[in-house]
Amino acid sequence: MSLNRTRNFKFDWITIILFLLLVGFGWLNIVSASSSGEITSYLDMSQPYGKQMVFILFTFVLIILVLSIEAKFFERFASIIYLVSMLSLIGLFLFGKTVNGATSWYGIGGFTIQPSEFAKFATALAVAKYISDLQTNIKNVKDQLKTALIIFVPAFLILLQNDAGSTIVYAAFFFVFYREGIPQIYLLLLLSIILLSVSALKFSVLITAIIIAVLIFGHHFFLKKKRGNILQPIFITVACIIFSLGVHLFYNNILQSHQQDRISLWLRLEKDPEKLEQMKRTILYNLNESEKAISSGGVTGKGFMEGTRTIGKFVPEQHTDYIFSTVGEEWGFLGSSFVVILFVLLLIRILHLAELQKSQFSRIYGYSVASILFLHFMINIGMVMGLIPTIGIPLPFFSYGGSGLWGFTILLFVFIKLDSNRINEW
Amino acid sequence: MRKLLLLSIIVLVGLTFIARLFYLQVYTSKTYDFKDDNAIRKVFYYPKRGYVYDRNGKLLVANQPSYDVMVIPREVESLDTLEFCSLLKITKEDFIKKYDRAYTYSPRLPSPFVPQLSKKDYAVLQEKMWKYKGFYIQKRSLRDYQTTIGANVLGYIAEVNQGEIDKDPYYQMGDLIGKQGIETSYEKELRGEKGIKYIQKDRFNRDIGPFQDGKEDIIPTPGKDITVSIDAELQAYGELLMQNKVGGIVAIEPSSGEILSLVSAPSYNPNLLVGRERSRNYTKLYNDSIHLPLIDKGLLRMHEPGSPFKALVALTALQENVVDERFTVRCTGAYNYGGRRSMGCHCGTGTRNIFNGISESCNSYFATLYRKTIDKYDDASHAMDVWSSHIKSFGLGDYLGYDLTIGKKGNIPDGAYYDRMYPDFRWRATTNISNSIGQGEVLVTPIQLANMMAAIANRGYYYTPHIIKSIEGQPIDKKYTTKHETTIDKQHFEPVIQGLFDVYDKPDGTAHFLQVPDIEICGKTGTAENFTIIDGVKTQLTDHSIFVAFAPKENPKIALAILVENGYFGARFAGRIASLMIEKYLKGNITRTDLERWVMSYTLEHEYDKPTSGKPFKINANSGLMTVEEYERRKKAENDITQTDLQ
Repeated sequence: MSLNRTRNFKFDWITIILFLLLVGFGWLNIVSASSSGEITSYLDMSQPYGKQMVFILFTFVLIILVLSIEAKFFERFASIIYLVSMLSLIGLFLFGKTVNGATSWYGIGGFTIQPSEFAKFATALAVAKYISDLQTNIKNVKDQLKTALIIFVPAFLILLQNDAGSTIVYAAFFFVFYREGIPQIYLLLLLSIILLSVSALKFSVLITAIIIAVLIFGHHFFLKKKRGNILQPIFITVACIIFSLGVHLFYNNILQSHQQDRISLWLRLEKDPEKLEQMKRTILYNLNESEKAISSGGVTGKGFMEGTRTIGKFVPEQHTDYIFSTVGEEWGFLGSSFVVILFVLLLIRILHLAELQKSQFSRIYGYSVASILFLHFMINIGMVMGLIPTIGIPLPFFSYGGSGLWGFTILLFVFIKLDSNRINEW
Repeated sequence: MRKLLLLSIIVLVGLTFIARLFYLQVYTSKTYDFKDDNAIRKVFYYPKRGYVYDRNGKLLVANQPSYDVMVIPREVESLDTLEFCSLLKITKEDFIKKYDRAYTYSPRLPSPFVPQLSKKDYAVLQEKMWKYKGFYIQKRSLRDYQTTIGANVLGYIAEVNQGEIDKDPYYQMGDLIGKQGIETSYEKELRGEKGIKYIQKDRFNRDIGPFQDGKEDIIPTPGKDITVSIDAELQAYGELLMQNKVGGIVAIEPSSGEILSLVSAPSYNPNLLVGRERSRNYTKLYNDSIHLPLIDKGLLRMHEPGSPFKALVALTALQENVVDERFTVRCTGAYNYGGRRSMGCHCGTGTRNIFNGISESCNSYFATLYRKTIDKYDDASHAMDVWSSHIKSFGLGDYLGYDLTIGKKGNIPDGAYYDRMYPDFRWRATTNISNSIGQGEVLVTPIQLANMMAAIANRGYYYTPHIIKSIEGQPIDKKYTTKHETTIDKQHFEPVIQGLFDVYDKPDGTAHFLQVPDIEICGKTGTAENFTIIDGVKTQLTDHSIFVAFAPKENPKIALAILVENGYFGARFAGRIASLMIEKYLKGNITRTDLERWVMSYTLEHEYDKPTSGKPFKINANSGLMTVEEYERRKKAENDITQTDLQ
C-alpha cells in the first residue's frame, strides 16, 4: 500500500495540469463552435459538445486504466500492441466505413472508431522498443531500414485509406531517430529534399538546376581545401536535377488535383487573377473564413459564445480541424496565444522529462510523444492561420472526436506512467 | 546538440504562431465592428420621404411605393435565368450586363439590379423570389407629384452616384437622393433616417435570427413634411403665360423674402423624372439645347439688367448726395461725353427730373447721375468702390444665399475691376458710362433683380430670398429671417419709387398701357442686348425683354422680375406678364384679359429658331411678331418640305 502511494505521487502533475487545461478549454470552444448559441443540456448527446463531454468523461476511465497498469507491461507488450494495431488498420480494408473519402473508421453500433488515432501510440511503442533493444544499433544502415519499416507500415496503410494528413504525422519520428543518433547526413538530406522540392515547384527545374550547379561546383572548386574527384560534384548535381524533375512528375501526375491546388496556393504558383479568385472561393474558402474569424477576434476576442462567425458557422468543420479559429474569434489574441503557450509548455515539459529518463525505452517513447504532438500542433494551427497548406489533422486534446482524444490521451499517459516509474528502473 | 533540434523547432514554431496571431489579430485587424461584419446581414427600411406643400397647404409632392430588385453577386447561385429574365422583362444579354456591372461594383455589397418594378410585376415576382438566391426586393418610396408645375423648384430624386456615396457614408448603392431643387436643399429633412435590422447569417447566407436579439437595430425615422413658399396657383399661371417663350419669372414677397413663384420656361412635367422612364426622359430634356428645360432660367440666366438698374443708379446718386430730387437734365436725344462720343436716348427730348427720368427711362439723365457719382471723388477707383458697395448692398454681384443649390454671382464691377481692365489706370466715369443704364460690365440674374425690387419696395432692406416656409412647424433657418439693410437711407427711396410708379401712372411712362385697375404698381421696363456666336461670327439677336415691378406701392405684397429671352423691348412681353402676375396674385382673377390673350397668342419660337436655321435673319423691330398658329402652320409646312425632299 505504502509503495503504491509513493508511486502515485511520482506522476508529473505539471503535465497532467497542462493536459487538463487543454482538454477543458478545448471543450468550451467545441460548445461554442457546435451549439449555435443555445444550450439545453451540456450532456445533450445529439450535439457534438454533449458527445465530447461523454468522451472526456470516458477519458478519465482510460487514464486510470493506463496509470494502474504496470509500467513494464508497455515495453514487454510493445510488439503485440503494434501488431494488433496494424491488424486493426488492415481490417479497415474489409470492414471500414468511409467518411469524407477516407476509409478510416469502424462503425460499432452508433459509434465510430478510428484505429489510426491509436496506431500512433502503438508505433511509438514499437519504435522505442526496437531502438532500445540492445542488439539494435541505429547507426547501422540495416537497423535504420528496419526502424523505417516500423513506421512505413502504418503510414502506408493509412495512405491507402486516403488519409494523407494522418500519414504525414509519421514524419515526426524523424526527430526521434535524429535524437537517437542517425548520421547527420539524413538531416542534410531532409533539408535538401524540402528546399529542392519548394525550389523546383516555385522557380522551375532549370533555375533550380543552375542554382544547385553553382553552389556545388563553387563549393568544390573554391571552398574545399582538398579537391577530390570531379565526378562527385557532378553526381550530386545530376541527382539533384533528377530529383527536381521527379518532384514535378510527382506534383503533376501523382498528386490529386485538390492537393495540387493547396500546394499551388501555398507557393503562390497560380498567377492568373481570375483563377486565383475562383480558387479562393472554393478550396481556400475554409482558410479564408478561418483567417477572417481569427482576425475579427482582435486583441481580446468577442467573448464566449459571442463569435458571429462561429455562431453563423462560417468556418466548416470548425469544431474539428478548425477549432482554433473559434479560439481566435472568441478569445482574441490573448486567448489564442495562451493556447499556443500551453502547447509549447506541454511539449517542452515532455521533452524535458524524456531526457530525464534512465531507460532508453522510456526516453525514446517520450521523445516520440513530443514529436507526434508537436507535428499535430504545428500542422493544425499553421493550417488554420494560413501558414502551411491545408492538411486535415486534428489539434490534440482540442478538436472534437473521441478516437483522437483517446488516442492522444493514451499516448500521453503511457509516458506519464513510464515517467512515474523511472525511480524503479534499476 | 542533437537534443536541441526539436526543442528549438518547438520554440520557433510557438513564436511564429504568436507572431502570426499578432499580425492577424492586432496588426491588421481593425477594431471589430459588427456593422462591417459580413456574418451580419443588414436589412434596410426606408422611411416615407417628407411631403411637400405649397404656401396655401396644397399638396404638391407625395410618395408612391417602388420595388427594386437588388443583387448581392457573391450570394447568387445557379438559377433559371430564362424564367427570371421573363419575370423581370429583360433579355438574357441585359441580365449578363447588369450582373457584370453589379459584380464590378462589389461582389459583396448590394447593387440595384432592376430598379422600380411596376406594381404588377412586383406582385408576380414576389411569389417566386425565394428561388433566386442573392436577389431580393427592396421597397423604397418614389415621388408622386400631385401637380405638373414647378419642376425646377421641386427638383427630383434619383439613385446616388459614387461621388455622393464617398461624401456621405449614409448612402449606399441604389439609395435615392435629392438631385435638384428642394429635394437637394432639404434632403436631410425630407429623407428622414433609414432603419436597419441586423440579422445573424450562417455560411449558407441563411438568416438564423436577429443579431443580439435586435438590441442594435435602428428604427427608421420618417422624413419631415415641408411647406414651400411657392404659391402653386401663381406658379401655374406664370408657367402658362410663359408658354412658347424662354425665360424666367421670379416673384418674392418683400416683407419676408419668401419666393412666391419661380418660373423657368419652358418647363416640364416633374412626373417625367420618376420611375423607369426617368433616365430616358432626362436625356431627352438634357439634349434640348435650344430651350434647355433643365436650366432654371430664373436662377441661372445671367444678363445685363438694362433699364431697371437705373433705379439703383438714382438711389446711389441721391445717397452720395451728388444730386437732389430737384436736379434736372436736358435731354437732347443723346448724351454727349468725352468730346465726340455720345450715347443715344429713346426718351424723346425734354427736361428730365428723377420722376420722368425713370418713367421715360432717359439715358442722358442717368448718365449724368452716374458721372457725378463717380466724379465725386478724385480717385476714380475709390469712387467706383463706393458706388459698387452701394449696389452690392442690394444683393447684386454675389450669390444671394437662397436655399436652392444653383445660382450665378452676376457682376458688379468695382475699382479694382477697372484697374485690371485698364492697367494704365487711365479710366474715368465716361469709360464705363454704360453701367449707368444697366449695360456694360453689370450682370445680374432674374432672382437678383427680383430681390433688388423687394429691397426697393421695402425702402431699404431685404430678406434673403428663400423657398422654404416651414418644416413641420419648426422655425426656418435664421439666415432667412435676418434683415439685410442696404446702404441707402430710407428717404431717398420715395422719389425713386414715385418714378417707378410713374412708369405706369404717367401717360408717357413706358408701361402706361399695362396698368391694372385698382392696383398701384411700381415697375421698370428693361431691354438687354444679347449676342450669340454663329459660325464664329458674333451675331446680335433680338433683345431680351425684361421687366421688374412691385405692388402695391404702399405696403408691397409682391416684387418680381421677368426675363423673356429675345422678347424685344421690356414692356412687350415681360411687362405684360408682370401686370398679369401681379393681378393674379393680388386679386386672384384677371381683369386685363386683353393682355392675357395677347401674351398667350404670340410665340417667340421663331426667334429661337433663328440662330440654328442657317439663314440670315432680322432682329428687334424688323423681326415682327408671330402668333402661335402662324408658327405652327409654318413648322408644318417646313416639315412637309423636308418630307418631300426625303422622298
